[in-house]
Amino acid sequence: MLVLLGIGVVVLGFVLRANPLLVVMAAALTTGLAAAWTPEADLQTMYVAGVATLSAFGKAFNDNRYVSVVWVVLMAIGLLERAGLQERARAAIAKVKAATVGRLLWVYLIIRQGAAAVGLTSLGGHPQMVRPLVAPMAEGAATAKYGELPDRERFLIRSHAAAVDNIGLFFGEDIFIAIASILLIQGFLEQNGILVEPLELSLWAIPTAITALLIHTLRLWLLDRRLQRTLATKSEGAAS
Amino acid sequence: MSYALPLSLAHVYIVGGLFFAAVSILSLLDKTNARRVMNFLFWGLLATSFLAGSFLGDLGNGVLALGLVAVGGIGLGRGAPKTTTSEERTASAERRGNFLFLPALIIPAIALAGTLAVKFTDWGPLIIDPNPSRSTLVALVAGTLIAVLVAMIWLRPPPLAPLQEARRLLDSVGWAAILPQMLASLGAVFVVAGVGQQVGLLFGEYVPLDTRTLAVVAYCVGMALFTIVMGNAFAAFPVMTAAVGLPILVHQFGGNPAVVGAVGMLAGFCGTLMTPMAANFNVVPANLLDLPDRNAALNGVIRAQIPTALPLLIANIILMRLLAFPS
Repeated sequence: MLVLLGIGVVVLGFVLRANPLLVVMAAALTTGLAAAWTPEADLQTMYVAGVATLSAFGKAFNDNRYVSVVWVVLMAIGLLERAGLQERARAAIAKVKAATVGRLLWVYLIIRQGAAAVGLTSLGGHPQMVRPLVAPMAEGAATAKYGELPDRERFLIRSHAAAVDNIGLFFGEDIFIAIASILLIQGFLEQNGILVEPLELSLWAIPTAITALLIHTLRLWLLDRRLQRTLATKSEGAAS
Repeated sequence: MSYALPLSLAHVYIVGGLFFAAVSILSLLDKTNARRVMNFLFWGLLATSFLAGSFLGDLGNGVLALGLVAVGGIGLGRGAPKTTTSEERTASAERRGNFLFLPALIIPAIALAGTLAVKFTDWGPLIIDPNPSRSTLVALVAGTLIAVLVAMIWLRPPPLAPLQEARRLLDSVGWAAILPQMLASLGAVFVVAGVGQQVGLLFGEYVPLDTRTLAVVAYCVGMALFTIVMGNAFAAFPVMTAAVGLPILVHQFGGNPAVVGAVGMLAGFCGTLMTPMAANFNVVPANLLDLPDRNAALNGVIRAQIPTALPLLIANIILMRLLAFPS
């Protein structure tokens, strides 16, 4: 039961808004020490447990380096930003008269979810697509319609640009049969003596995928209405 | 480990290591950043991990991670690499037109082409190592280098521009850049300590699971809640499925295991949308997009996602109840 203290550390850390890196390390050490603790444990035992936990953390940290490799992409993105990529994205979308923030993000949602459903999960992503293209395009669509944006709406639009990338990815990828989560489900069931085909699992992911698309379509429509309500009156007021 | 073709994670780690080393050194030279020594140490430690991690041993890597936490906890500064002005960018955007999108699209195009080539051609596996299933990542890094090369030849910026521009963006992400890797490591420690089994025991003991509907609700909500705490549905899945999914839903009530597994995982994904623990999805973009509330527990990205996540969680409960028990 004591090993659950680590989860408590995580929750407490977020409540206290401590630096998440510190929280993660503290949670790891707490968990390792708690797992080793008994009323008879002396300092020597606890020291050994601490070292073992730090080693386990270090091994996992080294094995998971590939997670942080993605930052290399910033070389290309930064170089293009320097040459005006974001400005171009904004200008290009401003020319499309029918473009609204909601419709633009909806198109990206469809592309992202559709691409993920056929296994192309790396076609999107926040460093590669959202920061350089999707967010500036969404802002551009709003600026073309309503003029200069107040901070509140600007950050709201950016948040929605990031959200669309996540939602499209999460509820598209499980339709693909060779994605990590499907393989994890299959592997776990197999360990417990239940054999299912990956295709079966991915078929049962489709109803949720459609529901997610419907719900978020409605959300984006509501976003457009909200922007219309808060910004249209403001720009009219400025014009008169 | 071979350093010739086919390209593998070993090459990717060298590229990453050299990249972070360059960012580290350029940070130290940036006099505008009062905390430049911290930035130097942080990216330098990460570069060491990439270049020499395999030789440091488990404890050595653990101490290195501890160093990253210490430096990140004290706090990084933000450099001001020389870049173009807003006017210059607008002028450049006008002059170069939509061709500017091309190098950006090279990256996903090559990632896609590489992945497909490894799977479906004879020559693909000779260029990119098909094992262990990280070929997309290898192709992504290759695509990035090609895109940088194309942009350098076409745009003719100063030679250090790709590194300096990357440093500008990386400084805006800050210590959050390694949070996803740290959380993955925490997950590994949780597994070693048996945290999952304990949560399973608690759940089995204190949550009423008398009817199909109650058990479905407990399983789906449990998946979402545990994912919120762990930041990862993959960590929650084995725990909740061993505690409720298999023994109650499948064995006791005879639910279809494929539905329970598939929809259960997606219920967990609803939790991912609502937690700052899912750093790479919810915290990193807030930093990349310069959101003012990026360090809040519920930042703008999470607030934009909750109104989709909650109804979708309810929808998953209904779908599982209907589809797993058709009779």
